[in-house]
Amino acid sequence: MPDDHEINYNSYKELPPSPIATGSSLVFKTGGWRTMRPIIDLEKCKKCGICWKYCPDVSIIIVEDLPKVDLDYCKGCGICANECPFDAIVMVEEESI
Amino acid sequence: MKLTIPEQELMEKGHMACLGCGGSLAMRYLLKALGKDTMMAIPACCWAVIPGVFPYSCLEIPLQYVAFEATGAAISGMEAALKAKGKKDGVTVVGWAGDGGTVDIGIQALSGAVERGHDVKYVCYDNEAYMNTGIQRSSATPKGAWTTTTPVGNTRFWKQTNKKNIVEIMAAHDIPYACTASVAYPEDLIKKAKKMKDIKGPCYMHIYAPCPTGWKYPPEKTIELSRLATESCIFPLYEVTYGKYKINKDIKDEKKKPIIDYLRSQGRFRKLDEETIRSLQKHVDDEWIKLKKKVECFGEE
Ligand SMILES: Cc1ncc(C[n+]2csc(CCOP(=O)(O)OP(=O)(O)O)c2C)c(N)n1
Ligand code: SF4
Ligand code: SF4
Ligand code: SF4
Ligand SMILES: [Mg+2]
Repeated sequence: MPDDHEINYNSYKELPPSPIATGSSLVFKTGGWRTMRPIIDLEKCKKCGICWKYCPDVSIIIVEDLPKVDLDYCKGCGICANECPFDAIVMVEEESI
Repeated sequence: MKLTIPEQELMEKGHMACLGCGGSLAMRYLLKALGKDTMMAIPACCWAVIPGVFPYSCLEIPLQYVAFEATGAAISGMEAALKAKGKKDGVTVVGWAGDGGTVDIGIQALSGAVERGHDVKYVCYDNEAYMNTGIQRSSATPKGAWTTTTPVGNTRFWKQTNKKNIVEIMAAHDIPYACTASVAYPEDLIKKAKKMKDIKGPCYMHIYAPCPTGWKYPPEKTIELSRLATESCIFPLYEVTYGKYKINKDIKDEKKKPIIDYLRSQGRFRKLDEETIRSLQKHVDDEWIKLKKKVECFGEE
């Protein structure tokens, strides 16, 4: 599947014969829905992977063996902060950032 | 980083589910287990909206939308077509539907597919109501829950009947494998999904998938709530393999939580009175004892 590319049909003539989705949902930057932002304190993080495991939006990514929030897609549900056993994540109002 | 479930993601970011949706986690875990050689049919439900609008999709597998009542029939046809073309080997055919699409309108097609013995896997993500159309009760809605069609006011009070037990209905079909799973226990869910993939013949999985929007609780509580449902034996984790019962998460009597914490955590149970709560507790206790008896009588060695 081509990722992150918008598909534009300029006329009905360009439409495929049957409606088959060929694009990826990566075009939808759902981070715009967010009102609360998770902030990870890497000092407290014990690399247990629990935040990654429970994110419904696949928005905890692992970069150099550490968790990182993908702000383009994170909707700010707060599950990661609620489930982190080491209280390494806090939710902060977007407007205060 | 310590990862306890497969790293591969076949559900992309950018999907349309609400914040904290249990149903989206359920799909993420299922596909981690089944892998990319999976073909899926989805009827009308939240998951018909979650993948995104044409021409985009968050699922990296072939997916066919079908009519609300038709999931069981559709996957039967997909399996038969693959067989006719000699392409069934190594491909897992999955029907993925909501509770309404499974325990109500889709039950006939599901029953038929299971009775005919197609090699299909049917997975229901249970958010205990018709959520996509605005929180109407289904027969999977538990007794005592508020929904828009079981309103709580001066003349009417919450849902009056108990949740339909679809896993037992499936077991009564002599199905090779039927199980429950929960988004709070992804390792268990993935193990069961892999087991289904290896079994030839129909399998059924019922996933507990909380819905913050319809149950009226803050989205960060999805996992906490799911854990509580299992720890208070409202949603036990168990499986029935060729008629043999097994509880996958045993809850010792002294550890078993009262259902009141679970009820109090959700707006949909806000108005329940003491007497109803006592009767709900009794129902949960009775069902739990019944399940343990089944394990005693028809357990795996
Ligand atoms: C035959 C038919 N009747 C009604 C509908 C309207 N409808 C679409 S989704 C839906 C609710 C689905 O509920 P459920 O299966 O529990 O899935 P959920 O939305 O809760 O995820 C309904 C009633 C329909 N699409 N087709
Ligand atoms: S849950 Fe907490 S401790 Fe575990 S990896 Fe995430 S931030 Fe680190
Ligand atoms: S707030 Fe929710 S969506 Fe954002 S990273 Fe945490 S779990 Fe994922
Ligand atoms: S209404 Fe409920 S089940 Fe549907 S997408 Fe929203 S949270 Fe998920
Ligand atoms: Mg539903």
